[in-house]
Amino acid sequence: MNVSIEHYLILSAILFVIGAYGIIARKNLIIVLMSLELMLNSANLAFVAFSRALGDMTGHVFMIMSITVAAAEVAVGLALLVSIYSHRETLDIDVLKILKG
Amino acid sequence: MIVWIVLFPLIGAVINGLLFASGLWKKALGGDEHTENSITNIIGCGAVLISAIISTYYFVQLLSLDPSERQIIQELFVWIPSGEFTVSFEFLFDTLSCVMALIITWIGFLIHIYSIGYMHHDKAYAKYFTYLNIFVFFMLILVLGNNFPLMFVGWEGVGLASFLLIGFWYEDTEKAYAGRKAFIVNRIGDFGFILGIFLIFFIFGSVNYQEVFGMALDASFMSAVPAAVITAIGLLLFVGAVGKSAQIPLYVWLPDAMAGPTPVSALIHAATMVTAGAYMMARCNVFYSQSPTAQMIVVSIAAFTALLAASIALTQNDIKKVLAYSTVSQLGYMFMAIGVGAYAAGLFHLVTHAFFKALLFLGSGSVIHVLSGEQDIRKMGGLRKLIPITAITFLVGTLAIAGVPFLSGFFSKDEILAALYDRGYTIHWIIALITVVLTALYMLRVYLLTFEGKTRVSDSIKRYIHESPYTMTIPLMVLAALSILGGYIGVPDFMGKVVGLHDTNLFEHFVSSSILIDNAKEVGHHLFGHWALVGFSIGGAALGIIIAFYFYYIKPSAPEKVAKDIEPLYEASLNKWYVDELYDYIFVQPFSYISRKASDFDIHYIDGSVNGIANIVKEMALTLQTAQTGVIRSYATLMAIGAAVILILIVLL
Repeated sequence: MNVSIEHYLILSAILFVIGAYGIIARKNLIIVLMSLELMLNSANLAFVAFSRALGDMTGHVFMIMSITVAAAEVAVGLALLVSIYSHRETLDIDVLKILKG
Repeated sequence: MIVWIVLFPLIGAVINGLLFASGLWKKALGGDEHTENSITNIIGCGAVLISAIISTYYFVQLLSLDPSERQIIQELFVWIPSGEFTVSFEFLFDTLSCVMALIITWIGFLIHIYSIGYMHHDKAYAKYFTYLNIFVFFMLILVLGNNFPLMFVGWEGVGLASFLLIGFWYEDTEKAYAGRKAFIVNRIGDFGFILGIFLIFFIFGSVNYQEVFGMALDASFMSAVPAAVITAIGLLLFVGAVGKSAQIPLYVWLPDAMAGPTPVSALIHAATMVTAGAYMMARCNVFYSQSPTAQMIVVSIAAFTALLAASIALTQNDIKKVLAYSTVSQLGYMFMAIGVGAYAAGLFHLVTHAFFKALLFLGSGSVIHVLSGEQDIRKMGGLRKLIPITAITFLVGTLAIAGVPFLSGFFSKDEILAALYDRGYTIHWIIALITVVLTALYMLRVYLLTFEGKTRVSDSIKRYIHESPYTMTIPLMVLAALSILGGYIGVPDFMGKVVGLHDTNLFEHFVSSSILIDNAKEVGHHLFGHWALVGFSIGGAALGIIIAFYFYYIKPSAPEKVAKDIEPLYEASLNKWYVDELYDYIFVQPFSYISRKASDFDIHYIDGSVNGIANIVKEMALTLQTAQTGVIRSYATLMAIGAAVILILIVLL
């Protein structure tokens, strides 16, 4: 079977929606962070797919960039989680709502 | 350097103000109050003394000059350069400002010395001397400035100093109000004064004395200026003088100004500041001499003021109030003289009045001091034996103001009366003559009730009565000497000839170089000669003195009976002809009514609309606030929905 760009994009969309659902539905902050990663990677997949289909290397470059930034983001995000947990002893985002107006 | 006359009091004020009144000295160096007060004294009095000595030095300089060029001008810098309008910061020391400067500095110095004793117990001692020096500084600016704006600076400055000193004991609300009243009433006069300055600049294109008066004397220039304009200038300046020198209708602040310490009343509200109006009008003699209409109005208002104030002084029971109304009345004399063009006579009375009125005020201050604040003459009496120096000096002042022959007030008052009669103002002359009788009467009344007869002082106070300290009695004695001898600088020429003293009136001759238009020409023929006029004024004074003696010494029950016989008149005089009440009804009440309404409008409509808008925004914000739940999931949901909606819209459109 010939794998065309549509397949990649459909997979990317599925991953994105799963990630979005995870962020909306899950309460644990670690899961939320993981869902966020999933959404980022779905976008990366779309980049690469477009890059291949169009024969342009720009998409590749962007993807590499994005992964690098995502790695840094995870490092910072997890560090924040650790410190939130040490302060509040919970990672339930329904409890962590001190930003309520 | 003329400027040093002005600067020394300022330096004194700055040192006393920054070092002592601010409490800096005490904080930095500690030390006891006694040392501190001694230094304050030396600086405060010393500054004025140095000014006085420099003024005297320049007075001697003036005398050595030729009479026609007796003026020293010192320009410091250009103060306001603005196109055609340039004002220099320059001082003029001519015979007119010389007379004023000598009065201000020397009498000011005596009163500073007196204050050492009088204010001895006051806790704001340094502040008092600071204010007093500030007053002297501004007063000297007023009289020594060589243009109208500079005079106006001094004019406002003395108003400020007067306000500060009237309300010196501001813890007493009534005294603070008195200060405010003086300030506000003076503003009305200042408004007229500054309009007059504008008009002078508009017509003459300058505000410098020499330039303005030079043009006003130029016949070809004046022929192009309508007479009404000169009258308007004269009257606008007179409005300023009416405010500062307490004439009808703006005299009401002066009696209230007695709330200040007594030396202040003597210096500011008797000897110097209130005579600023007379000085200013004598300075502007060119305008008045060229406008008979303005002269007529000035003389009439002045005559009416003199009579009205004297009639009020007759029944007042507060010793300082009597003196205050007496000051208003005497200022009326000065303005009568200036109004008829007898500027030298007006200034002469200004000088002698400064002597005897300062003496009377300081004397009354001494009485108040020894009675620990009592001012009601009904509660005095028989004090002559207890405080003889005060009593004798007060008597000298009383006789001088009453116009007893050979004392200073006699010569000056007589000259004014003669000027009025000689120039055909017969009605005004009669009013002035009646006022002479009243003056002698009310002043003798005060003296007799205070110092003679049986004492009405309560025994508890009487035990502590002792003569005031030397710092107070020495100025009294000096001023008493001046009140006796001061008149001999201006003996009228016809009297001088008889005695063989000197042929001309020395004072008149001295100031004549500053009086640019001398319209002393005598009008028409006269029924009475010089000596007859002198006889009239002596007779008037004698009549007043005799009545006073009968009423308050020989038959003390008589005044009560007379008061009952003419009760409406007595009541009216006692209540100051209800002028304060009238002003309250005509001006103050409507004004405060309008103010209240304006305030209501402000609160309800202007503030209301502003607050309304703010409230609307606040309500909206509170409503929108509910969207901020703080739950991340709901934010994410909303974001996802929003993104989806945008995508759908992009796809569909």
